[in-house]
Amino acid sequence: MKKQKTYWKGIEELTKSPEYLKYAEKEFPDYLPIKEGKMKQDDNSDASRRDFLKMMGFGIAAASLAACEAPVRKAIPYLNKPVEVDPGIPNYYASTFYDGGNFASVVVKTREGRPIKIEGNKLSNFTRGTKTPQAESSVLSLYDKQRFKNPLKGGDKISWEDLDKEVKAGLASAASVKLVSNTIISPTTLKAIEEFKAAYPNAEHIQYDPVSADGILTANEATCGKRMIPSYDFSKAEVIVSFGADFLGTWLTPGVFAHQYGQTRKLNKNSKMSRHYQFESNLSMTGANADYRQGIKPSQEGLYVATLYNLIASKTGKPQLSISSVESSEHLKKAANDLISARGKSLVVSGSNDSNIQAIVNAINDALSNYGKTIDTDTPVHLKQGSDKAMSSFVNQAKAGRVGAVIFFNCNPVYDYAGGSELKEAISTIGLSISTSDRPDETNTIVEYIAPDHHYLESWGDAQPAKGHFSLSQPTITPIFNSRAASFNLLAWSGSNVEDYFTYLKSHWEEKMYPAVSGFPNFQTFWDKSLYDGVFELKNQPSEESEDSEAVAFSFNSGAISSAISNSYSLDGSGIELALYEKVGIGSGAQANNPWLQELPDPITKATWDNYLTISQKMAGEMGIDFKESNTKTVTLSHSGQSVEVPVLVQPGQAEGTVGLAIGYGRTNAGKVADGVGVDASVFVQVKDGIRHWFASEGVSVEPTGNPYRIAQTQTHQTYMGRDFVIQETVLSEFQKNPSAGRHSPHIATWTSEKGYKSPGDITLWNGHKYNNHHWGLAIDMNSCIGCSNCSIACSAENNIPVVGKEEVLNRREMHWIRIDRYYSSSGDTEDKSISGLRELEKAADNPEVTFQPMMCQHCNNAPCETVCPVAATTHSSEGLNQMTYNRCIGTRYCANNCPYKVRRFNWFKYHDNDQFDKNSAMNNDLGKMVLNPDVTVRARGVMEKCTLCVQRIQAGKLKAKLEKRRPVDGDINTACAEACPTDAILFGDMNDPKSALSEHLGIVQEEKRKGVKNPRAFHVLEELSVSPNVYYLTKVRNKDLEDTEA
Amino acid sequence: MEITAPVEKATDHSHEPVTASVRKPLVTGGKTIHDVTKDICGPVEAAPPKTWLLAMGLSSTVLLVGLYALLMTLWEGIGMWGLNKTVGWAWDITNFVWWVGIGHAGTLISAVLLLFRQKWRTSINRAAEAMTIFAVICAAVFPVIHMGRPWLGFYWALPLPNTFGSLWLNFNSPLLWDVFAISTYFSVSLVFWYIGLVPDFATIRDRAKNKISKLIYGGLSLGWSGGAKNWERYESVSLILAGIATPLVLSVHTIVSFDFATSVIPGWHTTIFPPYFVAGAIFSGFAMVLTLMLVTRRIYKLEDYITIHHIELMNIIIIVTGSVVGIAYITEFFIAAYSGVEAEQYAFTNRMTGPYWWAYWSMMTCNVISPQLFWFKKIRTSIAATFIISIIVNIGMWFERFVIIVTSLHRDFLPSSWAMFTPTLYDIGVYLFTFGFFFTAYFLFAKFFPVINMAEVKAVLKSTSSKE
Repeated sequence: MKKQKTYWKGIEELTKSPEYLKYAEKEFPDYLPIKEGKMKQDDNSDASRRDFLKMMGFGIAAASLAACEAPVRKAIPYLNKPVEVDPGIPNYYASTFYDGGNFASVVVKTREGRPIKIEGNKLSNFTRGTKTPQAESSVLSLYDKQRFKNPLKGGDKISWEDLDKEVKAGLASAASVKLVSNTIISPTTLKAIEEFKAAYPNAEHIQYDPVSADGILTANEATCGKRMIPSYDFSKAEVIVSFGADFLGTWLTPGVFAHQYGQTRKLNKNSKMSRHYQFESNLSMTGANADYRQGIKPSQEGLYVATLYNLIASKTGKPQLSISSVESSEHLKKAANDLISARGKSLVVSGSNDSNIQAIVNAINDALSNYGKTIDTDTPVHLKQGSDKAMSSFVNQAKAGRVGAVIFFNCNPVYDYAGGSELKEAISTIGLSISTSDRPDETNTIVEYIAPDHHYLESWGDAQPAKGHFSLSQPTITPIFNSRAASFNLLAWSGSNVEDYFTYLKSHWEEKMYPAVSGFPNFQTFWDKSLYDGVFELKNQPSEESEDSEAVAFSFNSGAISSAISNSYSLDGSGIELALYEKVGIGSGAQANNPWLQELPDPITKATWDNYLTISQKMAGEMGIDFKESNTKTVTLSHSGQSVEVPVLVQPGQAEGTVGLAIGYGRTNAGKVADGVGVDASVFVQVKDGIRHWFASEGVSVEPTGNPYRIAQTQTHQTYMGRDFVIQETVLSEFQKNPSAGRHSPHIATWTSEKGYKSPGDITLWNGHKYNNHHWGLAIDMNSCIGCSNCSIACSAENNIPVVGKEEVLNRREMHWIRIDRYYSSSGDTEDKSISGLRELEKAADNPEVTFQPMMCQHCNNAPCETVCPVAATTHSSEGLNQMTYNRCIGTRYCANNCPYKVRRFNWFKYHDNDQFDKNSAMNNDLGKMVLNPDVTVRARGVMEKCTLCVQRIQAGKLKAKLEKRRPVDGDINTACAEACPTDAILFGDMNDPKSALSEHLGIVQEEKRKGVKNPRAFHVLEELSVSPNVYYLTKVRNKDLEDTEA
Repeated sequence: MEITAPVEKATDHSHEPVTASVRKPLVTGGKTIHDVTKDICGPVEAAPPKTWLLAMGLSSTVLLVGLYALLMTLWEGIGMWGLNKTVGWAWDITNFVWWVGIGHAGTLISAVLLLFRQKWRTSINRAAEAMTIFAVICAAVFPVIHMGRPWLGFYWALPLPNTFGSLWLNFNSPLLWDVFAISTYFSVSLVFWYIGLVPDFATIRDRAKNKISKLIYGGLSLGWSGGAKNWERYESVSLILAGIATPLVLSVHTIVSFDFATSVIPGWHTTIFPPYFVAGAIFSGFAMVLTLMLVTRRIYKLEDYITIHHIELMNIIIIVTGSVVGIAYITEFFIAAYSGVEAEQYAFTNRMTGPYWWAYWSMMTCNVISPQLFWFKKIRTSIAATFIISIIVNIGMWFERFVIIVTSLHRDFLPSSWAMFTPTLYDIGVYLFTFGFFFTAYFLFAKFFPVINMAEVKAVLKSTSSKE
């Protein structure tokens, strides 16, 4: 021991009082790393002095930093830090999103106890990490200021106790009790409903779906003996035929289907891909991806399906349907031939709600022996079980005054059910009406009691999306308002003495699930594992129905169906027909008050903040409507007494003689964001024999009003002008001959090179950058990009992208960092660049081929933006990123002008804390701000911004790897867009790591000054500029026969 | 030298001394030296005429209206203008380049013509230089206010020592070159102008009858005594400054053109821009000088000093520069067609036939066709025709910059981003602000400063007078 002078801090130290000694060692909290390493307790060695200096240095630095910082408003430090929460470190919780239509097993990212981002749960074998834009944006709905803050009675606050008392009394005295809900997939909620029904024997549970699948359910009941929706597997299908089913965008489980479909569109290992036929009225996102697409009228659909059946039946020896066949469709014949040659490896689907059509579709699949291969009836999907007839009879009973009490269980039939307006009148006559919705909607404005449910991110819950697949929800935040789980309400009202819903849920799992599994020492282990994973799969789950699960023989009554089809469909309807559809963003309108979804450009029309009547180019010509630069006119759309004034959007690909209109708009009581946006199309939903149909084939009239209107589109130019330096595509047969088919390789003449021509990248004044460590890049497969825009929503959530509202989108100032460019083919000659040729190229073809091209900052190695910034606010990182220093930016916009990809976004106004942008709810109220990602700055007015390649995620991934003393590898880092992509069309990785998936995918080779790629499909957009982006695109390949390609 | 050629040929006495009495008189009306002093100092000393008050009232109203638009832009953000994600510059930079162009004539007249010993410049150089200075101030407004954060940008764009660590300017950026080019040009022009004013201030000082005038003009004249030493220094400084200013005339607009020429955008990425911009600047500058001179000449009755001969000579310069600009337009087209670059070809096809065809054809009509009318002597010696064409030329030159900036940006490489630009009231308002400022400043100058360089006019009075 060294001799040292001893200085006392005080008299206590000298006296070494026990009180002093107790605290002397605890100067720093336990969790600080001060005690790690060499320093030991009780010693006065050199190490302690060094550590002291370190701590002092840190302390001074921290203190001075703290002194510089502007005071943070309303930040309350933890008095007792929760064990699981570390400031700055996110926690992830598995959960489940289901809004009565869309389902996703998700992982919720929370920061300091606030959910801020929804990601897909890759552990789920049902959703496989995919999700819809609705699921992604649901986190913003959690922080909607307009949610109910209390239970309400007639609009006034009431306590839960009083509400329970009054409701119980009301229910007990009611002659009949109706519990109306969307499809319920939660086993525990279903159990609660059973208890409720036991307590109130006169109670009936009615399930309906905003967008019904009744047709499929009924058809399967007829053909397969079970009222269910089978599981479809598009990944095994080599030929896909869809009649109006937008299975990539909105039909049943679009994320799952997109994932499967994407696998059939990859061309890396083998040069095979699926062939996809689409017959539909509106140009859907799915139709845009089809190799062959034909526009048909809704009134023809039955005959098209039947004709396809007959074509196949004639070759497979099945009975023919006696209908008037479609003779003129070459596509139909081609599809039939392709289907027959791909028996057992094909899939035919239809979006119709007519059970006859669905029965024929089943028969086609049966004739093609697709059952058991691409269609799995043993794993039925539970997401849509609603019965149109049950709902329709409920509405009739309500109208007749035969309903004593009604509970609207998280549903909004006044808005989203076809007879909503009738129901609205009837509700006032019902003695007791209750809604459990957590926010205002059209139904709960007229009910007596509102018992607000938690948001799913605040509550416990479970779900069974398909047989054998279970998914759990857990609270990721304390309930923000005085809400209560809706399922618990049912228990409370049925007099159950359950303490809380969590206990109820857990005990249900203990009773039902745990006995069916093995390999867990006790229930708690099983529960913890299931909750941690969020999903749980029960293989060979016994069928719930008592009947034998033995495969029922396929039954198909061709005679009855022939006459039904012949009666309902005809080939020679001459009037205008209306086809209603769901938009990818807004869907059925349940989350319409979510500004992210409202501002998400529609994948096809690129329109935001509106619905509109899509009409064909021919019809527009007849009506004299010139749709240019978002300027249009409105028309009066009327059908059977209903009429609305709606703007027109001229849609290439719209079937001749049809018009399309999206549902989910025209909300009247959804909140500030959604109210008054668009028109309510649900008045045009037709109810025939209690079954809803989303089209009207007779008596539709469209009368121009001449009133001007502007639709806020993010892209107004339709075609790519034959520019092969932007879009490079080919057809499969050409690709098989030459993998670099369709590639455009620019070259420049030189005096020096022997061959005379060189690639632009070979001649450069740039010295190139040295990337000693990482070199990040992206590869975007234009062949598997389906245009779904999940990436765009994910980017908005991750990077705090402001919502700017319709007016600013009209001013072409939307802020999205990633956009999906959508180009239509033109009937013009792509080589003819004369003045008249260019005029032709500007016009989209009547039934165009569609190309999607995700476009974000290309992170150019020779970036044109970097050289022009006068203050060096945008610079190149040592890892290949083009980075933006917001603090330094003075906003000259020179960089944006000089960006050949036009991906830079300028903050024209202050979008946060500004009443003029109150629809940007994530930045304009204290509650909404909780959704902001604390890792990403909210940009100030006057500053330029753009895609950062999720630099915050890169940093987090690098730090994680560094702590584990290794290099980051694939999987440590992923951008939000790539993570959200259901088809894995976006691939992120390190191009310096030869083992990364990206390097292998692209075949990265290190050349002298730059990187080369060996993948023959890989190209740079605008290669001739030699800006050398770090984002590569892979050519689009259509599975079309060469002779069918348009000139 | 080509600009002087027509004069030389007209007289055909190029070999004779510059004092040749057969030259056309530069000042008519048989003015004596005293007449000059009286005519020029008169308006400075007299109460302002009604026409002046009217003009001042009008221009300051425009200034105030424009100031509102300017302040609203600063308060709310650049979003008040019609710009968008595709068209990041429009009226702001159009106006900037236009004003810089206008600011070219003054220095050209004073410096280049001084070096070439073109004595006819003496009647017009003072006003032209004043115009230059005000135009450059108007121009400088735009680079500052077009920034998203002008409160930071106005000094972050300067190479000032700072505490931001390694943050320093990006010397690769043409915008930074602009900062240096404009500020240098402005400083030199201002000094040049002021030096020229000193002897005239001394004249006014000497004639002043009240104390305040004496004090102010005394101060402004910096103790000028009119001695031989003073004059010798005056001459030397003028020559030196002319020597410094001459390259600046070329450099300013060359550098301004680099904003576009160094970029990658089709329609901007053009090596012809420097000479083309300089010619265009002289073209518009002379047109603006003519517009203002014709008005001043009328109001102050300076017909004897600014003669039809002056006007004709300036019109000849307009034909020459207008033709240079016209050839540049045609060359751009040829190069675009010859290059084989699709985007480039489209940019030029789009200019002619796209949605902004009207701007393009306005430019062609105003800039290429209208000045050709000056080939007719009757037109180039007509005051009314000159006045109208001078305004047309400036409209055309505004459109030239608009066409270059907006039509190139609005449809560049990726058709998905193609968009239109529509100006808002605030775009117009800010432009009005600079007009208001320019005219207010010019009218103040015309009232309180001698609008013609008395000292130099006196020097050419005798040698060119036809009398005695």
